[in-house]
Amino acid sequence: MIKRSFFGLPKPRLEYKALPDKLPEPEEISCSGNVTLLLSTFPEQTDRTLSVKEGDKIKTGQKLFFTNDDAYIISSITGTVSSISSFTGDFGASYTAVSINISDYEEVDEQFELYTKTPSLDTARDFLACVPGNLPINLLINPEKPIKTIVISGCDNDLMVYTNQYIIKSDIDSIKSGIGILKNITGADDIIIVLPLGFKHEFGDIGARVSTVDTAYPAASPHLIMQNILGRIVPAEKSFEDLGVCFMTAEAAASVGRAFTSGKIPVKKTITVINKDETVKLAVAEIGTPVRDILSTLGITLNEKDRVILGGPMTGTAVYSDEHPIMPDTSAIMIQDSGNIPHVSDYPCINCGDCIRICPARIPISMLVRLLEAGQYEEAADQYDLYSCIECGLCSLVCVSKIPIFQYIKLAKYELGRMSIAEAPDDYSGGDDE
Amino acid sequence: MTTAEAMMSNHNKFIVSHAPFWHDGSSITERSYHIMIAALPAVLFGIVQYGLPAIAVVAFSVSCAIFWELAMNFVTKRSLTIGDGNAALIGLLFAMLVPATLPWWAVLTGTFVAVIIGKQIFGGIGSNAFNPVVLAIAILMVSWKDLFDFDEALLNYDLEFTMLYPIAALKHFGPESIESFTAGDLLLGKQIGGIGATFGLGIILGGIYLIIRGFIRWEICLTFLLGVFAAAFIFNIYDGSRFAGPVFHILTGYTLIGAFFLATEDSSSPVNLIPMLVYGAGAGVLTVLIRNIGAHVDGVIYAILVMNLVNPLLDKIRPKAIGKVG
Ligand code: SF4
Ligand code: SF4
Repeated sequence: MIKRSFFGLPKPRLEYKALPDKLPEPEEISCSGNVTLLLSTFPEQTDRTLSVKEGDKIKTGQKLFFTNDDAYIISSITGTVSSISSFTGDFGASYTAVSINISDYEEVDEQFELYTKTPSLDTARDFLACVPGNLPINLLINPEKPIKTIVISGCDNDLMVYTNQYIIKSDIDSIKSGIGILKNITGADDIIIVLPLGFKHEFGDIGARVSTVDTAYPAASPHLIMQNILGRIVPAEKSFEDLGVCFMTAEAAASVGRAFTSGKIPVKKTITVINKDETVKLAVAEIGTPVRDILSTLGITLNEKDRVILGGPMTGTAVYSDEHPIMPDTSAIMIQDSGNIPHVSDYPCINCGDCIRICPARIPISMLVRLLEAGQYEEAADQYDLYSCIECGLCSLVCVSKIPIFQYIKLAKYELGRMSIAEAPDDYSGGDDE
Repeated sequence: MTTAEAMMSNHNKFIVSHAPFWHDGSSITERSYHIMIAALPAVLFGIVQYGLPAIAVVAFSVSCAIFWELAMNFVTKRSLTIGDGNAALIGLLFAMLVPATLPWWAVLTGTFVAVIIGKQIFGGIGSNAFNPVVLAIAILMVSWKDLFDFDEALLNYDLEFTMLYPIAALKHFGPESIESFTAGDLLLGKQIGGIGATFGLGIILGGIYLIIRGFIRWEICLTFLLGVFAAAFIFNIYDGSRFAGPVFHILTGYTLIGAFFLATEDSSSPVNLIPMLVYGAGAGVLTVLIRNIGAHVDGVIYAILVMNLVNPLLDKIRPKAIGKVG
C-alpha cells in the first residue's frame, strides 16, 4: 500500500514499475474441473435461446451465442456444458454464465481456420471479439466512426500490473503480425505502440510508431496518452472513437496476430497476480478459469474477510467469490489480506484540497463530492465536470475523510447513463452496433 | 448451487468494496493532532510567560470545546466525533488568541460560539463557512470589547520587556511609541498578547512544519504575509510618521498566527490556486487597512472573516477540467 509520505508538500507520485530484464516465467495454470464463460446479456430480453444447452459437447474455439444477438463467447476448452445460469456483476451488469466441464482430450473447432487465409474485418468480428486482451472489435467495425489511429498500449493502466509489458517483451512477433493485420483490415494508417518510459527494446521496424509514457500513475490511462502523445484532448462529452482513435491492449494485438498465424482462436489469458504481501507473479490460464484454480496453483490461500480483486489496486473490481472466472479483459488478480483493507468513513469532505491537487483531470472534487453525496448527478455533470473524470482513483486514495469518491463518480456516471437510455428507448436495441 | 450462484453468494465472506483498494493512510485525526503539535512551541512559550493562569485557560478551553462537541453529538444523535481532534484543536487555537487572564465564563462562551455556532450549526466539520475560532473571537470582541484590551488584562504581570500591546500602542500613540520594540524582540516573544500569539519564531517554525507536511496550504500563508507586508510598506512610505513599517505589522498582533493557523482553516478557505492567492493577499491587505485606518486595534480577525465570506465566490475561479471546452 502506498502511504502518505512525510513530506506532504510535493504532490504524491505513484510510479509504474518496469518488468525486470530477466523475464519471470509465467505459471501455467491447469484448470481443475470446469471453466465458466460469461456472455454479456440484457435481462430485459427474454425471447432468446442459447446455441447450446446443458449436456452439450463443446469444442475448443466453438462459438456460443444467443440466436437473436450478435454477441458471442468462445469456448476456451473442450468439454460438456454443466450449467447455464444468469449472473449479475458490478453495477448491475448482467451475464449468462455457461459452465463447461473439461474433458480429457481436446478437440478444436475448425470454423475459424477456414477464414484465416485472407484476414478480414468480418472474420475478426465473427471470431475474435473475446480474445485475450479484449479486442475492441465494435469500435473497429463502426462505419460511422472510422478509426484512423490505433494505440496499442504496452503499459497497463493500473499499478503493479505487468500483463501487457510482459506480452511485449515475450511475444513481439505476434504483435508485429497483429499490427500488420490490423492495418490491413481496418485501414488505420497510424499505429502507435505505447511503452513505459525506460522500457528497453530492439524491435526494429514493426510497422508502428513507438512512444513512451511517463512512469507517474496514471500516465498510461488512455486520456493522458491521448493528451501527451497524440497531443489531442477529448472533449468531455466525446469518446476516443469520435476522434478516430481506438485504444487496445498489447495482448489484444498479439491475439490478432496469433489467431491468424496459427489458425486457432487464442484462449489463454496472461494475468498478473498480486499476492497479499504485494509480490507479483505472472500466470497463464484459459479464459473462464476460476480464480480459485489460479490461486491454488500459485500457493495463495484465501481467508475469510480477505479481498479478491479482478484488476489492479486503483481501478479493479472486488468480487464475491473465488469461483469468479478470468475474463478476456482480466489483466490482474489482486488478493488483499483482511488486515490491509482500508476503511471508509462516513465523514463529510473537510475541504482539505488534497484530492484537487492530485487529480490529473483538474476536477473540483471537493464541490463535486458534495453533490454526488446528495445524489444530484445532473448538477454534478453540468457544473462540476463529472464527465471529465478519467477514472484513476487517485482522489479516493488521498481523501483525508476517506470518502469513496471514485465509487460515487462511477455510480453517478452509471446512473446518468441509465437515465439517458430510459429517455431514448429506441436506442436500446441490445448492445452491439448494427 | 450453480457456478453463477456461487459467484454471487457471499459464502466465503470476502470483503467487497470499491476501487481504489489502497488508501494513503491520511486522516482528519492525524491532521488535527499535527496542527496542535505545530502550535505547541507557541503555546508552551505562553505558558512559561504567563504561568498557571495560562495553563488554566488552555486546559479549560480545550476541555470546553470537546465538551460542546460531545454535547452536540448527543443532541443530534450522531456518532461521536471528538476522536477526530478537531474540537480539541478549536479549543487550543481559541486559547492561543486570548489573554491568560480571560475569565472562565468567556472561555466557556467563546468555545460554545466556536464549536456550536461556528461549526456544528453549519453542519459540522467541513461545512463551516467561517473559521469557527475566528468567528468566536470576533463575537467576543464585539460583545465584550474590554476582554481583548491586553494592556488592561495583563496589568498585573511584570515581565522583562515593555508591557504594552504593541499594535494597541501604535493605534493610540503612533509609531514613536513602538520604537522600543525591535524585530528580534518581537520574534522572540518579548511582547504581550494572546497566550499563543506572541512567540513569532515558534509560530513560524510550527507553520513551516505544517507546510512541509502538507497539512496547510502554503499559498494562503505566504500571500497573507505578503499582503500584510505590501500594504504596510505602502502606508509606511506614504507617511512614516503615522504608519508603522511592514516588519512591525507582521510580527505583532495576530498576523503570524492568523497566517499559519487561522486563515488556513480547511473548510473556510479556497483550494484552487488563484483563489488561494487572492484570498491570502486579500486577508493580508485588509488586515493592514483595518489596523491603519479602521476603528479596530487588530484587523486579522475581521479580515479573515470577510475573506471567509467571499471564499465561495473566489473558489469559483478554477482551472478548466480536462476535456472541457468553452
Ligand atoms: S478518479 Fe478522481 S482523481 Fe482521478 S480523474 Fe476522476 S476525479 Fe480526478
Ligand atoms: S480529499 Fe476528501 S476531504 Fe479533502 S477536499 Fe477532497 S474530498 Fe474533501
